[in-house]
Amino acid sequence: METSNPRANCSAPASAVDVYVNGELRSLPAGLTLSSALEHLGLDPRKVAVERNLEIAPRSGYDQISIETGDRLEIVHFVGGG
Amino acid sequence: MDDRTPIQDTPLTVAGRTLHSRLIIGTGKYQSYEQNARALEASGAQMITVALRRVNLSDPSQPRLVDHIDPQKYVFLPNTAGCFTGEDAVRTLRLAREAGGWSLVKLEVLSDPKHLYPDMAETLRATDMLVKEGFDVMVYCSDDPVYARKLEDAGACAIMPLGAPIGSGLGIQNPVNIRLIIEEAKVPVIVDAGVGTASDAAVAMELGCDGVLMNTAIAEAKDPVRMARAMKHAVIAGREAYLAGRMAKKRYADPSSPLAGLI
Repeated sequence: METSNPRANCSAPASAVDVYVNGELRSLPAGLTLSSALEHLGLDPRKVAVERNLEIAPRSGYDQISIETGDRLEIVHFVGGG
Repeated sequence: MDDRTPIQDTPLTVAGRTLHSRLIIGTGKYQSYEQNARALEASGAQMITVALRRVNLSDPSQPRLVDHIDPQKYVFLPNTAGCFTGEDAVRTLRLAREAGGWSLVKLEVLSDPKHLYPDMAETLRATDMLVKEGFDVMVYCSDDPVYARKLEDAGACAIMPLGAPIGSGLGIQNPVNIRLIIEEAKVPVIVDAGVGTASDAAVAMELGCDGVLMNTAIAEAKDPVRMARAMKHAVIAGREAYLAGRMAKKRYADPSSPLAGLI
């Protein structure tokens, strides 16, 4: 179930942000960069690629990209295929 | 007998990358990445196809392909398996380019999950979109020489007609068309899909293909590592036979021992 504005459910200041990661709604600590969000999720930034709100997140920018409430992240990696 | 010097073979080169093996293998359907890595080693292939999928967030410690097969040692060819439109394919390959850092990709835009036949109108449109974005696109396609030409005109760096439906192992169903595509193409032609066993790979190479791409024939063999080795030899044998130039087929027997000097 998607809510149009997940932040509307919490009172400010937010200590967590609600984001969609690979289609699942997840709560992440507020103030994370993409780098720290990947670390939080237990992922090695060198082995994944990330799309944020339908745009490629360049690997060189992971430290600069801050995760905002309502963000839609797709985190992918290479798997076996033909 | 003539005394022409033997035809020297040059290695397969795709979009400026030289490969010393004409066998390209997929990395799907193996029992484990470990088995996959051993089959790859045995096959002698330098290029492998890979898919791009969401990471498993519930268990990030699951085995990973790149921990078993080194992207520094092998050329990873990201595919668009599961994409049904040009937009899906472009989105997937943009991510793949970011994940891997290279622009050589395999495009496949399929139609119906039942036969996995490529949607050629959409494949052509997607090729055009990807070439404009700077990708080097190896294109999985039907064995239609007209579309093969159109893909080449759109900038495909390799034409990859199917030998038979994906995963079917039926062998080369339409050698006449494959041969026509080879004769017309100025970029490498690689038979992709349909090979079931070593002789199928040899048949493809004897037709004059520049390479063969396969997955299931190796992964679903009872002994994938051994089949990978068989495929390595079949591709070499088929290539050598093609370069050697086979004898003409005859309708009647022709004795191999001289008829003269019989006692």
